[in-house]
Amino acid sequence: MSGHSTYNPTNPVMKWVDDRLPLPRLMYDSFVSYPVPRNLNYWYTFGGILMIMMVSQIVTGIVLVMHYTPHVDMAFDSVEHIRRDVNYGNILQKWHQVGASFFFIAVYIHIARGMYYGSYKAPREILWMLGVAIFLIMMATGFMGYVLPWGQMSYWGAKVITNLFSAVPFFGEAIVTWLWGGFSVDNATLQRFFSLHYLLPFVLVGVVILHVWALHVTGQNNPTGVEVKSGQDTLAFTPFATVKDAFALCVFFLVFTIFVFFVPDYLGHSINYEEANPLVTPEHIVPEWYYLPFYAILRAVPDKLLGVVAMFASILVWFILPWLDTSKVRSATYRPIFKQLFWLLMIDFFILGVVGANPPEGWWITVGQIATVYYFAHFLILLPLVGLLETPRPLPSSISDAVLAKNAGKQPAVQPAE
Amino acid sequence: MSTAEAPDENRRDFLYIATGAVGAVGVAALAIPLIDQMNPSASVLALASIEVDLTPLEEGQSITVKWRGNPVIIRHRTAKEIEEAKAVPIADLPDQNARNANLADGSEATDANRVVDGKEQYLVQMGVCTHLGCVPIGNEGEYDGWFCPCHGSHYDTAGRIRKGPAPENLPVPQYTYLSDAKIQIG
Repeated sequence: MSGHSTYNPTNPVMKWVDDRLPLPRLMYDSFVSYPVPRNLNYWYTFGGILMIMMVSQIVTGIVLVMHYTPHVDMAFDSVEHIRRDVNYGNILQKWHQVGASFFFIAVYIHIARGMYYGSYKAPREILWMLGVAIFLIMMATGFMGYVLPWGQMSYWGAKVITNLFSAVPFFGEAIVTWLWGGFSVDNATLQRFFSLHYLLPFVLVGVVILHVWALHVTGQNNPTGVEVKSGQDTLAFTPFATVKDAFALCVFFLVFTIFVFFVPDYLGHSINYEEANPLVTPEHIVPEWYYLPFYAILRAVPDKLLGVVAMFASILVWFILPWLDTSKVRSATYRPIFKQLFWLLMIDFFILGVVGANPPEGWWITVGQIATVYYFAHFLILLPLVGLLETPRPLPSSISDAVLAKNAGKQPAVQPAE
Repeated sequence: MSTAEAPDENRRDFLYIATGAVGAVGVAALAIPLIDQMNPSASVLALASIEVDLTPLEEGQSITVKWRGNPVIIRHRTAKEIEEAKAVPIADLPDQNARNANLADGSEATDANRVVDGKEQYLVQMGVCTHLGCVPIGNEGEYDGWFCPCHGSHYDTAGRIRKGPAPENLPVPQYTYLSDAKIQIG
């Protein structure tokens, strides 16, 4: 994919720059002339959407820091101050808060798309693993950001999650005290979370650059999972992919802004509008919705250490996904059994989310345990076996063949058989 | 030629190893303050002990006080609760360690080892669930003691874990009786 450059600047200034630092060339080759498979559908626009969401979170975050005070006595009030007194603060704060949720909506769709079309398979393993790393950094950043408003759920969420590390044998207590900088979640904890919440997004930018770099080395996967074979299979990134991404972004932002302007707290918890109180645990502690499936896995295991191990393993297993899936065929379109397993996994993940939102009582525990077992069985047992047992449907010989066959099928009356 | 180069190579090796060693020691020395600054500061460690007057605490009542940023639960237990706690065979307990900072580590988790002799009506313990740190709710759960709402751990009337994901009994902090009905925690 990364063929020779077609950049040929006519503007003398750009030529002068390009001869000294070929940054314009890099941008042109990466985002203008870059060839993308011509059959990319709208599921492929979420990478671009994620890029914009990341910038949006960083810009609003930097602005919020100009008004926020990271101190246990003032944090809660300073967030209220932003919402009530700062010019446009109500929108900026909500944009950042709801933006976190929509960032995760986009990333979940992006990950699911990668799983469906087998985008993790050779030669895209490192691209995929960088993506898993990005997801982990996003989770850490989102968690620490949620602590900053210092509401009840902020405080108790922080306490429960940092306490996960107390499950580490022998050093558990020392690690937790070190993370807290005290004997409980307190001012020292809030300040370091603030510091890291500001740092991690920039680490994220770095890993995203590696992710895009890896993408541009191997080229994009596509809905057929068949590699690009000739220039006929591709289109230039600009204007074709650019416009498609921009259109999808507009639709995505339409939904996003409806939430920001009209129901900004719909995805949150009302108890977080109560200031943190270290002496009273809210009746029902739940993390933000985007952590719920993993929280359900944590609670499904009755042992503290094993519960924590299972929770981390449920994401870390994605790192070895390229080697767990034994099938040579990438796209679920041509894998009838895998396609059903994919949707079962989606249902299972959704069930885990519902279980995570409910109290750990009665039959919720059983449902959570069954869903957890299925989750791991999908990756560790079903995927390796299905790859060996399944007979895939015949693959198209090239992307352009697949596109032409699809279009021919659409207009049978106008174009009778040749 | 080789004889002329030999001393040079030795010098180069020496410089190489010496520079590497200084660099490694420097990085290690720098890592210590960078890591240790996150541990509790002197002001956090210096947080004084607190005194609590138990006289207003009627039988069957509990109070929660804050010590080192954490809740400490003090309960004036009823005779029935003490009976219940004493009746439990040690073998039935998931955690058979008393977890009492005032006793030698590894003391048996009998009811007597969870309180002070002669003051067995007053149970003093951290209100921090040993699972993931939530504050357990009193007079709840299947064992008449405490119930943690976060992940469903049940503690009995002596604050010992009986059921659920928590691995240990609620810890008893270091405390002493200053007078008949006044304690100092810490």
